[in-house]
Amino acid sequence: MVKPADYAGGQTAWCPGCGNFGILVALKRALVELDIKPKQVLMVSGIGQAGKLPHYTRGNVLNVLHGRTLPAATAAKMVNPELIVIAIGGDGDGYGEGGNHFLHSLRRNHNITYLVHNNQVYGLTKGQASPTSDPGFVTKTTPQGAYNPIHPLTIAIAADGSFVARGFAGDTEHLANLIKQGIRHRGFALLDILQPCVTFNHKNTHAWYRERVYKLDESSYDASSKTAAFEKAQEWGDRIPIGVIYRKERATFEDQLPALTKGALVRQNLDPAKVERLLGEFL
Amino acid sequence: MPVDINFMIGGEAGQGVQSIGSILAKALARGGFRIFADQDYESRVRGGHNFFRVRASDTEINAISESIDILIALNKESIDLHLSEVNGSGAIIYDDDKIKDAGKHESLFAVPLERLARDSAKNKLMSNTVALGAALGLANYDKNIITGVIEQHFGSGEAGKANIAAADAGYEYARANFKRAFTHNLVPTGDSRRMLLSGNDAIALGALAAGCKFMAAYPMTPTTTIMEYMASKAKDLNVVVVQPEDEIAAINMIIGASFAGVRSLTATSGGGFCLMVEGIGLAGMTETPIVVVLGQRAGPAIGLPTRTEQGDLEFAIHAAHGEFPRAVLAPATVEDAFWLTVKAFNLAEQYQTPVILITDQHLASSYATVEKFDLSRVTIDRGASLTKEELTALGEYKRHRITESGISPRAIPLEGGALVVTDSDEHDEEGHLIEDAETRTAMMMKRLSKMEGLRREIAPPRVYGTPEAEVTLMGWGSTCGAIKEAVSLATADGLKVNMVHFNEIWPFPSEAASDALRGARKIIAVENNATAQLAHLLRAETGYQAAGKILKFDGRPFSPAYILNGLKREVR
Repeated sequence: MVKPADYAGGQTAWCPGCGNFGILVALKRALVELDIKPKQVLMVSGIGQAGKLPHYTRGNVLNVLHGRTLPAATAAKMVNPELIVIAIGGDGDGYGEGGNHFLHSLRRNHNITYLVHNNQVYGLTKGQASPTSDPGFVTKTTPQGAYNPIHPLTIAIAADGSFVARGFAGDTEHLANLIKQGIRHRGFALLDILQPCVTFNHKNTHAWYRERVYKLDESSYDASSKTAAFEKAQEWGDRIPIGVIYRKERATFEDQLPALTKGALVRQNLDPAKVERLLGEFL
Repeated sequence: MPVDINFMIGGEAGQGVQSIGSILAKALARGGFRIFADQDYESRVRGGHNFFRVRASDTEINAISESIDILIALNKESIDLHLSEVNGSGAIIYDDDKIKDAGKHESLFAVPLERLARDSAKNKLMSNTVALGAALGLANYDKNIITGVIEQHFGSGEAGKANIAAADAGYEYARANFKRAFTHNLVPTGDSRRMLLSGNDAIALGALAAGCKFMAAYPMTPTTTIMEYMASKAKDLNVVVVQPEDEIAAINMIIGASFAGVRSLTATSGGGFCLMVEGIGLAGMTETPIVVVLGQRAGPAIGLPTRTEQGDLEFAIHAAHGEFPRAVLAPATVEDAFWLTVKAFNLAEQYQTPVILITDQHLASSYATVEKFDLSRVTIDRGASLTKEELTALGEYKRHRITESGISPRAIPLEGGALVVTDSDEHDEEGHLIEDAETRTAMMMKRLSKMEGLRREIAPPRVYGTPEAEVTLMGWGSTCGAIKEAVSLATADGLKVNMVHFNEIWPFPSEAASDALRGARKIIAVENNATAQLAHLLRAETGYQAAGKILKFDGRPFSPAYILNGLKREVR
């Protein structure tokens, strides 16, 4: 049995009270409860405070460039589908710099879990607007207020995402449960996680989120309806839904790769006779 | 008399220029001739002017010729543009029913291509096969070989039979109606079992032979056919080939795939390579082996999308911020393309760093005959790694352990059981991010020390011609064949000339280059670019300076004659 101590990691460099702690706790808890060993896990993280998370727990770690978590993570999954691949990044990383990869990873439906620490602000560069900053949010780069945010959940549904969910870093039990569902889901599981930034976002605070979030699994909401999901994904303001907003079973990208029907690519050896035959085709 | 005959097929995109060009090349290769065939095409799907040149010889050739013996002109433009290149005894095959205003020139040879196609094959679309037959008829070539190659191309069914009939009609028409004496009588000779393939084919085969298991690439001329070939064999050879959203995804995918344990490849051209640059640095920092094919075309920006240039050498050597080891290999020939691809994969894994295979449109899409690659000579060296047992005995695994060679034995996630940790931030031996000066310095030195080993792997430049040369022509990459032939032509003209040619460029083989150039009295840089980038590199690395330059940056490849003319200007 896997124990919480198996996931004990290094010293953190986050601000006291940072929402990232809740996400770290929830992730470790989900992995322990699913009885997944650290060596089975590959965490691929981007740049930003979220990208440091893998160093504060244990597992295989590939920390990449800003915005590039998904290409690296999805490829590792194609090479070794037995790895539990978890991509980790922030809102700037995933929805700004990596926006194109976000769209296409959703459409391809790679069997990985993607945790987006969405604090609606840039933390590592000290307080600039992010793609998800609320309209009017004043920062040093947007003195007149941020303009118009993107809505990652509606984008994910439109891009045929097969598991679209929102969590809250302030409710680790609920979040751990969502992460478990995401890992168990066969396909691309997006978890947009509301993550209070105690240093640079004085609008969307712990208290601000706590007053507004409500759990979809405590209502009669049906996550299988795309139309309902679009409506629900746009709900933002006085009430903010958390939980699974949309889910759908469909084939993964890996399912249609003929090479993988013979097992993990990493364990397949080259057959020189086949190359010899190819040479013959040029005679 | 030695055989050296040059065919050109000219026409619009969509007229089958490439198709009959490749059948012609194959038919001549089958007769034992050495082939060098190149393509010149515009960036469009229909229309425009395209040509396919097939040069056949009974000795080894690796360059184009601009003197045409037989021109198959599928449209009027092909006659207008290439008439001056057709030599005195040459012939221009054209359809006088279609091209009424061809003018008067003694090399024009009218063949009713469309009428013969209708009569023989009941299909006017086969008029280009008629033209192919007529061209080979002029050269009195072996009909059985032509039939065999057409059958291989079109199958033995209706399409094959109709094309054979069309080729035969053209062949017989040419034999009966060509009134002048045609000087080339092509008698099949010697070894007829050589491979005929393009530079891109050779790279794809090299990658598969080296055990490449993963390719991610975004289509871009001139390297797209590498990906297409790999994709066509993906199922049979258990390879994953992905076409992602952009080149940034492509390079980051191969980094992820390589980290997870398989040999990984991407291929692009200059514009795509620009987008990949950050990934080159990530591979350097995380010590992840990757192979990147950079097939150059004329830049900057979109430039001349379908044309050749050698403008990216210094870019490839310096791409990405920061300092880290890399290798840059520049295949000179189609054969080289195969072997250097294999070497690229080995170097990437032995030194855990990016390797760039720099080619160009000319090499990528030119076809040459080569002896069948001897796969028993292919070695796969995956570099230092730790087995499951070794990892268990070791206890704690450090992905970036500091060693004398700078090479830290690799472990593969999940496969060995050890946790593999790496970071694009500066990191410690375990792979965790750090900021302290001491660790930073140690890790920089560790990574850069791999340059020493890598430098020893780089082959010396190739030297060809007399050691007593008064002029040394220096080049790199795809210009090798043209320079070599220019040296032969110049030598026959009484000039004392030799060649020093680089196909493995970085880390720069400074000592070997100095040795090769020590006796050189006058170095002339021959490069398909405007600023003589190799000459610049040579001066920086050795102090040797090129005294003259023969440069070409019009998007077209060098011919030996062009280099010879340049040489005569330089030594005058």
